[in-house]
Order: sequence, then structure tokens, then C-alpha cells
Amino acid sequence: MKKIKSVELETGLFILLGFAAIFFLTTQTTNIESYLSDDGYDVTARFEDIGGLNIRAPVTMAGVTIGRVEQILLDPERLEAVVVLKINPEYHQIPLDSDASILTSGLLGGQYIGINPGGSFDSLVEGSEIEFTQSAIVLEDLIGKYLLSVGDE
Amino acid sequence: MNNFLKDFICSIILAIKKVGASTIFLIKISSCLPRIIYTRPELVIKQIYNVGALSLVIIMVSAFFVGMVLGLQGYDSLARFDAETSVGAVSALGLFKELGPVVTALLFSGRAGTAIASEIGLMKTTDQLSAMEMMAVNPIEYVIAPRFIGGIISMPLLTAIFNAIGITGTCIVAVNLMGVDSGVFWSQLISNVDLADVTEGIIKSIIFGVAASLIAVFEGYNCSPSAEGVGLATTRTVVSSAVTVLILDYLITSAII
Amino acid sequence: MKNIENIVEISNLSLKRANNQIFDNISLSIPKGKITAIMGPSGTGKTTLLRLIAGQLRPDEGDVIVNGLDVNKISDQKLFSLRKSIGMLFQQGALLTDINVFENVAFPLKENTKLPNSLIRKIVLMKLHAVGLRGAYQLMPSELSGGMARRVALARAIALDPMLLIYDEPFNGLDPISMGVILRLIKNLNDALGITSIIVSHDVPETASVTDWSYIIADKKIIASGTPQQINLDQSKLVQQFIHGLADGPVPFHFPASDYFNHIISSD
Repeated sequence: MKKIKSVELETGLFILLGFAAIFFLTTQTTNIESYLSDDGYDVTARFEDIGGLNIRAPVTMAGVTIGRVEQILLDPERLEAVVVLKINPEYHQIPLDSDASILTSGLLGGQYIGINPGGSFDSLVEGSEIEFTQSAIVLEDLIGKYLLSVGDE
Repeated sequence: MNNFLKDFICSIILAIKKVGASTIFLIKISSCLPRIIYTRPELVIKQIYNVGALSLVIIMVSAFFVGMVLGLQGYDSLARFDAETSVGAVSALGLFKELGPVVTALLFSGRAGTAIASEIGLMKTTDQLSAMEMMAVNPIEYVIAPRFIGGIISMPLLTAIFNAIGITGTCIVAVNLMGVDSGVFWSQLISNVDLADVTEGIIKSIIFGVAASLIAVFEGYNCSPSAEGVGLATTRTVVSSAVTVLILDYLITSAII
Repeated sequence: MKNIENIVEISNLSLKRANNQIFDNISLSIPKGKITAIMGPSGTGKTTLLRLIAGQLRPDEGDVIVNGLDVNKISDQKLFSLRKSIGMLFQQGALLTDINVFENVAFPLKENTKLPNSLIRKIVLMKLHAVGLRGAYQLMPSELSGGMARRVALARAIALDPMLLIYDEPFNGLDPISMGVILRLIKNLNDALGITSIIVSHDVPETASVTDWSYIIADKKIIASGTPQQINLDQSKLVQQFIHGLADGPVPFHFPASDYFNHIISSD
């Protein structure tokens, strides 16, 4: 009987250790907050060119992450990129006339969306569209323009 | 040359046959899984102990050293790009997505898979399985199913433990030995590892658990009842498990990415 | 003999395994309440015959009827319930090695009945007492001698009070004392419980001392049957060679080979 007890004890320890490891991996080594805050509201923004923007890229305001890129689509008529942003529910007072631009962290880092607040008293709500947008700066275009302008002089 | 080709085709047909036979075996096992879990949970617990808890030491030691090597190699390689601060993120991604599930599965087949195959093979050799049939007890339900489900439950837990210990090993090397700031190490790691990366590894490990456990019980149950047959079954278990796990790994990875 | 009901009836049975014909159209019957022996040289498929009776193997042709049921035509469920009424003693005992003697004997009871544990304990101790090993109930199978292991296996085989007991080579590799014990047990169980017994063996004198009826199988067929006395008087040379253990006879001493003299002088 004593032997069976020790089997049960060690099996229990093993299972607990396993679940503790899963808990550690999911909470301590990942940015799990972005998944847990699944609630929030969606707003859209149209861009001529999104460059290398990816789904799940952060949406920031004044450097603070306030949401994530939820979805990237192409409008088949206007041939523009439609980006759906999921904004965390606690940030519900973002002015309606704010503008969104695609920025790059560092010279070659990942791209994210920065939002500059406008002055309107109305706020963005579920389904709103951010009308003022600035596309991604594509490095190759920039270099091309620079070379052209140098050539002109 | 002609002979060689013939042998090659023969061995491919044999391999296909084996896949078919083990699939049928899997269906047979699955049909008695709910019953055994519901009516005889103590058998399953005993097998979780045998294949999981007893594999814990080898998994933890291996994980620690794999993690430390990742720290050293990662630091050395990344330093050439002046990116040594990302060593945590790079090691964690490699560990969680790839090395954790694969190395755990290989160690599992070497430690637990061989034990399962030789135990079942020996039970067959000494007529214990036939004796059960004669006592109106289905050996697939009583012997095979608990070992199979025990392996499937143990594998993801072992993998999670492997990942956690491994990344701890990496951290110790990177921070204490190579002088990466521990705050930078963890912030880089946290901001670059997604929950999806962790779950990818765990999902892989569940699939590997099904494959490695199935191969072990299949080889044990179908071995020829002799000392030589049992030895052959354990060898086959390790070889087939290793190849199957690596092939499955590629297939799953290509499906996910 | 004819008006006694038969518990096992095998008719026109043939079995082939990997190009080897093992049985060719054999028929035999096992009468109820008697001890019947199936004897024959090694490798003639005696154990295979037992597996056929227990429904673990299927014949290519012919019927195996046990207690009125055709074992190859009934559902798995019915086959399993039939097996509960058959006890089988395997060559090496086949005790489950990871549980002790008590648990081994309790195994068929726990798996097949819903008896309370206190009653199971009483039954197990009674069965162990019947084979003289009540004192060994706490030992593990690895701690038992060959003869003791077989007695425990016998206790396990009679745990469910079967109507038919099958012994597969019960005397194989036993010392004379253990052999005497097993012989006495077979006889006592048959007389006291009214169990039908089938003994498969090639130990002629020991088997003959307890059986009521014997079959001798050789060369895919039944070559003789009858009471031990009748078998003893059988005129067939093969039967005489087998029961008297002669080195040469219809079963030659030499494996088929080419001419001796030519083989020796050839360079090969």
C-alpha cells in the first residue's frame, strides 16, 4: 500500500510540475496581455501602402501600446489597403479626427501604427474609420527619390 | 542494381503496410480508451508514472544542458551581428517551437518507448497477453490503452518542463556567463515570443506523443514472441519513433508557417 | 462413451499456417466430466489445437463446438463470456508479473464479477489453499519456483469455477515432486469439482496415470485414440515409438540428408 502511495505522489508532482511549466511559459515568456484583451473595439484605416506591416503589430499613441493590428485587407475597388485595428477597451476617448501613420521602430525594425490625437470632441467607436492616414515610408522609394533629386542638381 | 531496386520497392511496401497496420491498431485502441479512462483510471495513473514521472530526471538534465548550449551558441552567433541582446528571444523561439518538442520526443522514445515495447513484448512472450484473453480480459484495453494514453498525457507535460528548464539554462549562461543584462534578456524574450509560439510547441508535442506511444505499443504487441523478437521490437521502436517524429516535425512546421 | 454428452466437439478441422499444413481434416470429441489427454511429439501443433478450442485462432475449415457454441461463429462478447467458463493453464504459468500472487488469483474475479472485495478475498484464499499455496499469497511471481508458479496459475484458472480446464504441457520442466503435486491436483479437481479436463502433453506415463481417454496426434492427423490400455496395445509402429520413446522408427533418428558416405568424402 505504501508503494502505491508513492506512485500517486510522484505522478501528482509530475503533473503539477508540468502544468506549472505551461503556466510559466505562457505567462512569463510571452506577451500574453495582447491575447487576453480580446475584447475591445475595431476601427479601420485606409493606407495607400502599408509596407511591411503585419497582423498583430502594435498600435501606439504617444509611445504607449493601445491595441493591435487585427486584420489587413485590400479594397478591391479603390485598390487600397484596409487595416482593421483592435483598440483596447480602456482607451475609448480617442478623438475621431486623429491620424494614423505607419512607422518603423529603428532603422530596419518592425513596423507599427502610431496614432496622433486630433482635437475633436467625438471619439472613435466600433466601426469608425480613421480618415487621416500616412502610408509607410518604403526605404527603397526614399533612396530612389534621393538619387533622382541628386541627379536633378 | 535490379536487385537493389527490388529490395527498395519491397521495403517501401513494407513501410506502407506498417502504417496501415498501426492505423488499424490505433482505431482498436481508441475504441476502448473512454472505457478504460472511466472504469480503470488507476491503470492510466500508473502508466503516467511509468512513462512520465520516471522520465523526468533525464528530461530535466537534458533540457538544462540544451538550454545552456543554446545560450552559448546563440550569444556567439548573434554577437557577430551585434545583436547579442536578442539571445533570449532567439533561444526561446528555437527551444519552444523546435528543440523542446523534438528532443523531448526523442528522449521519450529512448527512455519510455523502449520500456513500453519491451514490457509488452515480454508479456506476450510469457503468454501473459494470451492468459488475459483466456480470462475474458481484452489485453488491448487492459495493457495497451493505458500505456498509450499515459504517453499522450505525459509528452506535452514533459515538453513544457523541458522548455521551462531549458530557457532557465539559457538565461543562466547568457546573464551570468556572457554578461547580458537580465532585464534586457527577459524583455527581448517577452516582446518577441508569442503565445502562438508556445502553443505550437505543445501541439507538436501532443502529436509526437501519439506517434511515439503508438509505435512503442505497436512494436511491443506485434513482436515475435522470443528474446530476439523483444530486442528487435525495442530497436525498431527507437528507430521508427525518431524517423517518424522528424518527418512529422517538418510536416507540422510547414503547415503552421 | 458414446452416450455421454461431449463438451468439445471438433469436426473435419484443417489449419494451414504460412504454407505449413498443421491439421488435415481431424475430428475429435472431449467427453464431459472426464480427463482427456492430447498427446504427440513436439511441434505437431498440440498447443495450436488448444488455441483453436479457446477461439484464439480460427481454422481454415471445420467446426469447433464448445459447450454447444461454435466458437468461430459467435460474437466476441459471447466468446468472452464462454471463456469465463474455461480455465487455461499455460506452459509457463503466464502469471502477470507486475502484481503479486493474491492479485493474480483475484484478477479474473475482479475483472469479470462485481463481487465485493471481502468476498473476493475469501475466494482467493480458498483457491490458493486448494493448491497448497495460501501461505505464499504475498509473494511476487518472480519469487516463485516453476512448480509453484504453475500451481498459482492453476488457482487462477479455477478462480471462476470453470466447467472446462485446459492444461498446456503441465509437466514441462518440473521436478518429480512438483510433477506429483500437479498430477494429484489435476485428479482431485476433476473428481471433486466435476470439471472436464484436457491435458496436452508429451509425458506419456504421467499423463496415462490420470487420463480416461487419450488422443495421439502426429503428422497432421489423429493416429490413435482410446483408453491408456488400448493405446498401449495399439499396433501402429508410430504409436509404439511414441509411447515407448524409441529413438528410431517411423519418425527417423536422422534428419533427411544426402548419402552419408558421399557427403563425407565430397569436398563441399
